[in-house]
Amino acid sequence: MQTLQAFYDGFVHGDLLEATLSSVRRLIVSFIISIALGTTLGFLFARFKLLDDTIGFLVVALQTIPSIAWLPFAIIWFGLNEAAVIFITTLGATWTMALSSRTGIKNIPPIYLRAAQTMGTGNGLKMFVQVMIPAAFPHLINGVRVAWAFAWRALVAGELIAKGTGLGQLLQEGRNLGDTSLMLCIVIIIAVLGTLSDHFCFKRLEDKVLERYGLAGSKTK
Amino acid sequence: MIHIHQVSKTFEQRIGGSYKALDNISLTIGRGEFVSLLGPSGCGKSTVLNLVAGLEDHNEGTIEINGKKVNGPGADRVVVFQEHGLFPWLTVLDNVAFGLKQKGVGKKQRHELAMEQIKSVHLSRFADRYPHELSGGMRQRAAIARALAMDPEILLMDEPFAALDEQTRLILHKELEEIWMRTRKTILFITHNIREAVILSDRVVVMSTRPGTIKKEFAVKAARPRDSADSVLHHVENSIMAALADELEKVVREETGDEYSIKKNDFPGTAADSLGGGI
Repeated sequence: MQTLQAFYDGFVHGDLLEATLSSVRRLIVSFIISIALGTTLGFLFARFKLLDDTIGFLVVALQTIPSIAWLPFAIIWFGLNEAAVIFITTLGATWTMALSSRTGIKNIPPIYLRAAQTMGTGNGLKMFVQVMIPAAFPHLINGVRVAWAFAWRALVAGELIAKGTGLGQLLQEGRNLGDTSLMLCIVIIIAVLGTLSDHFCFKRLEDKVLERYGLAGSKTK
Repeated sequence: MIHIHQVSKTFEQRIGGSYKALDNISLTIGRGEFVSLLGPSGCGKSTVLNLVAGLEDHNEGTIEINGKKVNGPGADRVVVFQEHGLFPWLTVLDNVAFGLKQKGVGKKQRHELAMEQIKSVHLSRFADRYPHELSGGMRQRAAIARALAMDPEILLMDEPFAALDEQTRLILHKELEEIWMRTRKTILFITHNIREAVILSDRVVVMSTRPGTIKKEFAVKAARPRDSADSVLHHVENSIMAALADELEKVVREETGDEYSIKKNDFPGTAADSLGGGI
């Protein structure tokens, strides 16, 4: 009951709405950067064995570090503000996207590449954009889904400490004030946003992709 | 037009050592000729095609197309693969238009040219489907349409009908012959099916196996369009069969042991534990 009251207060009087929007904005910015970075890294690892053996190994190690461990570095480099949060959120998602992308590209059936080569695609950007990315799409979509989840976690963790408006900051505020209903509010918002975005956005995308590629499996009536 | 001169190819093996797949192959294919490369499994026919296509490198000898050395794959020699190789993320229309897209043709013109080829392989009702929604024969026809849309001088076909059933294969033979008679492209056709080779080609080149070399060439001097009842075709088929017999024996012997003879048609082993085979 108190929680519902807190919800109402928060949205109408307080800054719950603003905080949610700020958080989501930061998330989307970091997400886009990490997807772009991760996909390119993964391609480089798949293509150049030298890179794979050296930096690729590093990426696996980096992935095991929980995002919050990066926070002290982020604060030193960027200060206690928004940039730091975006930094660790991006880190959180990039490594996993890179590994997904690498697997996706390594698993492309060679016949697609050969067919494209005999049709004059060459081996550079055209091949990458027109053949490799679509061919690796099922893996990439899965990577995107996982990266989204990682990014969420990293975002809230970062916002707990950094200054500014956001869900994490409000959570911290609630903790400081001992306002459990506010904290519960925030947690519910995070859970709901995460589930909705995954179900309506990413899962739909993944299903559509699988269907087009004929990987959807048989429909039982 | 295609000059293969004393070409050899050796594969490095994973377990160490090397395997000589092709030994001193020389072959010339003239413009507008339909030549089949025939041989038992593993004799290196696909390797020859890959070398001409530029998908693999040869160790010795030269391969020249119209006087220029082969450097890598290119749109002047399009390959039709055994497993069709259609892109699953594109519709049939986009697949067929893919080669034209690489050439830089505009969208509207691309689609028009692609539809022409799709019509010529009788797939116009399926132009907007995805490959996984088509049957095997349709996919292969789409792959042929894709190769033809690029209007290459040379068509390299690697056992394109091997995965299809007999009826579809016969239909596609007729379609391919009709396309060849209309366009007069140079076609190098790989197959292990003697009848297919004879009914389609001007010349059949028989390969021997391990290592792959050219054993014998047969000219098919029969009227076009080919009639399967033509006695000339049967005569050529029998000659090829005789030439291939010792090659087949060699291959089967490696599997079953030294007593197998294809002419006598007997299998090794009247072992005590065989349940009266040969009755």
